Amino acid sequence: MISSSERPARANSNLFLETPLDRRKRRTESLAKSVFLLMALLMVIPLILIVGYLFYKASPVLSLDFLFTNPTNGMRAGGIWAAFLGTIYLVMISLLVSAPIGVLAAVYLNEYAKENWLTRIINLAVVNLAGVPSIVHALFGVGAFVLFARMGRSILAASLTLAIMTLPVIIAATKEALGAVPMAFREACWNVGATRWQTIRRIVLPNSISGILTGIILQVSRAAGETAPIMFTGAVFYKAISEGDIFAYGLFDQCMALSMHLFTISTQVPGVPEALPYGTAVVLLGTVLLVNTFSIVLRIYLRFRKKW
Amino acid sequence: MINRQRLETLAEPVIEWTIRLCGISAIIFVFGIFFFVFREGADFLFHKLDLVEFFTSPEWYPTSVSHKRYGVLALIAGTASVTLLAMAIAVPFGLGAAIFVSEFCSPKLKEAFKITIELLAAIPSVVWGFIGLTIMNEMIIDLFSAPIGLTVLNGGIILALMSVPIIVSIGEDALKAVPDSYREAAEALGATRWQVVYRVLLPAAKNGLLAAVLLGVARAIGETMAVLMATGHAVKIPHSLLDSVRTLTATIAAELGEAPVHSEHYQVLFLIGVLLFSITFVVNLSADLIVKGIRQE
Amino acid sequence: MDHAGKKIEISNLKVTYGQKEAIKGISLDIYANEILSVIGPAQSGKTTLLRVINRTIEFVPGVKVEGTVKVDGENVMDVKSVYQLRRKIGMVFPLPVGLPLSIYENVAFAPRTAGIRQRDQLDEIVERCLRQAALWDEVKDRLDSLGTRLSGGQQQRLTIARALSHSPEILCLDEFSIAVDPVTTMRIEDVLKELRSEMTIILVTNLVQQARRLADRTAFLLNGELIEIDSNEVIFSRSPANKMTYDYVMGNFG
Repeated sequence: MISSSERPARANSNLFLETPLDRRKRRTESLAKSVFLLMALLMVIPLILIVGYLFYKASPVLSLDFLFTNPTNGMRAGGIWAAFLGTIYLVMISLLVSAPIGVLAAVYLNEYAKENWLTRIINLAVVNLAGVPSIVHALFGVGAFVLFARMGRSILAASLTLAIMTLPVIIAATKEALGAVPMAFREACWNVGATRWQTIRRIVLPNSISGILTGIILQVSRAAGETAPIMFTGAVFYKAISEGDIFAYGLFDQCMALSMHLFTISTQVPGVPEALPYGTAVVLLGTVLLVNTFSIVLRIYLRFRKKW
Repeated sequence: MINRQRLETLAEPVIEWTIRLCGISAIIFVFGIFFFVFREGADFLFHKLDLVEFFTSPEWYPTSVSHKRYGVLALIAGTASVTLLAMAIAVPFGLGAAIFVSEFCSPKLKEAFKITIELLAAIPSVVWGFIGLTIMNEMIIDLFSAPIGLTVLNGGIILALMSVPIIVSIGEDALKAVPDSYREAAEALGATRWQVVYRVLLPAAKNGLLAAVLLGVARAIGETMAVLMATGHAVKIPHSLLDSVRTLTATIAAELGEAPVHSEHYQVLFLIGVLLFSITFVVNLSADLIVKGIRQE
Repeated sequence: MDHAGKKIEISNLKVTYGQKEAIKGISLDIYANEILSVIGPAQSGKTTLLRVINRTIEFVPGVKVEGTVKVDGENVMDVKSVYQLRRKIGMVFPLPVGLPLSIYENVAFAPRTAGIRQRDQLDEIVERCLRQAALWDEVKDRLDSLGTRLSGGQQQRLTIARALSHSPEILCLDEFSIAVDPVTTMRIEDVLKELRSEMTIILVTNLVQQARRLADRTAFLLNGELIEIDSNEVIFSRSPANKMTYDYVMGNFG
């Protein structure tokens, strides 16, 4: 055994002792980590504060009555029933159109399309459709549905405009869900004599349903929240309908809508008591967040029930 | 039993053709949008519009009785100023958050964070506009002793909050796409995680990160309701962050309702729509090509 | 050996994937009710050959097929329904694939797509095929459980049951024992011996000894070419027609 006094002069040749360089590295590391954490939090905390403030300011009017009674006194009092019902109509009709088309378009892209220029262009078109500004969708709706197809300003025109707007995300989400189904399943089906469509119908679609539903539900919240596409195609500032009647609107009627209503009473009507627009904002925001949370929960639940 | 089988064999080609039709629907709709928007403004474009004045003059007086002018320079400046400010805020914060989520985050926290970003992205633009109109408005008036709070600053901050989710999610995808072998190689050489990010990952993912930023820009340029409600109504080139402006999108939304159908004013608004469509088309196309470029490597 | 007639006739088959020639001009006949094994090292075209016979080769993008393949005297490209052709042929892959359905539905899948809907008919088919695949005893009490939750060996037997569920006349197995334990392999080999009386069996394998155990005749493929095809007595003897056959069988290369 060599005693410590006899050890060579180069002490600390132990590889695992920390050097000053290591210490500096560690400090930079934790500094960087804190900075990025701060950046991330700075995005989240304002959200929480804003939502809280909105709820606080809206509390005087929030009640079930608010939801189910109509606006009164030139929209300076009362509830938001007509707008609430209108939004429901617009969302449902637009999804009735965009969901089937979107899902089938994704089925084409993922199950039938070959790798050629046409497929490339379709994918490009989907990406570009997703990027069209909402006001341009409104202009398209006016030009194509209101004027050219002579639907006039109506729930139908507005819903179709919304449908085109929500189409690309449904296509993208469905494509992703279909792509997650392993190729081996399809091959097993083809080898026993099943046709492409039979394979899709029996194995591929049922096993992508969670991703497809998530995409569709997300577009529910998007369709409910958009204002510009419906502003000139079918939504109006005010329309009188009977309270509690869920069939109050017709396809060619104009309608009120939650998003439009928020815009109207916060910018177009003077003398509105403060709580009303806050209340409308809260209902709209609450609906949207609720629907999105539901889709997230659904996604997690279905992930557990995965069959392979 | 046999009849059902026959029905299935007959129905199958019909189903397949329906699917094919839906497949090309996206192309039909993109062309349709351009066609129908262009159609409404085409007459004015080809016969009466002075394109030079259109693009270079800041004088936008479409409703003047005596002297109608259709210069959109001030509107372009409005869009540009709000977008630039929004990106100046959203890009560093968004990329920072993306780096955090991708590299420094524990899995459970990651899930919670991604959900928060998703919910942030879900907030409707009119609600953001309302927030700008009320909360931001008051804050700016208080903090800066400004006469009004509906300004470039207001719109810029709101747009930044709206664009962050897309930058974070696509930025995170870009970082995730960098192979783990890069990280492992760098760590094996003794790099800390921050050094791995700075020296290896950011350069490797720069295309995807650029695409994320471009898509954020496209989102900001195309936003309508939030800027309509938060930036005020002044159609002039801004000289400070506390000036009010009007963007291209907000102009259409504010004036279309009052312009008589097929009038010059009406047609010009549609032409602004064509301009917007073209800008976002080009930006989205570039982002897509950049991403495709990565995949080919 | 009783050759009851030619079941499959292949002449001048050429298959190219893009630039690569996977099969370079193969001609051979397969007789009814025989077990033909196809041996050869990797990339010899063995799997491609099977996929040509049931025309699933068409799902590969950029593939070109030349030459003729006849099943029961009829060119496979001229059949009225390619789906019926595929039902005549049962396929088993190297990797076991349990469809994400119940065990019952896994085996009932093919009959259902062929139009059989009566519950008692399906019951009969499911039991018969699971018994034939030597899986019935293990799963008869849990036919409703998910097929994907079975073990690898069980899933491979499930795949065989599924392949049998449409009463094929030809059964093709592509290296079925790769992902499966030796006990299951043995059981499946017993199954094959029993099945040969009902159908023609093509056994692609890289286990030379398996070919020796099970087959009547063996074809040796190398790099897309048919080197030799003959009865097992000849192939596995000291002097097959081609020296390369001897070298491969002896393990001198491959």
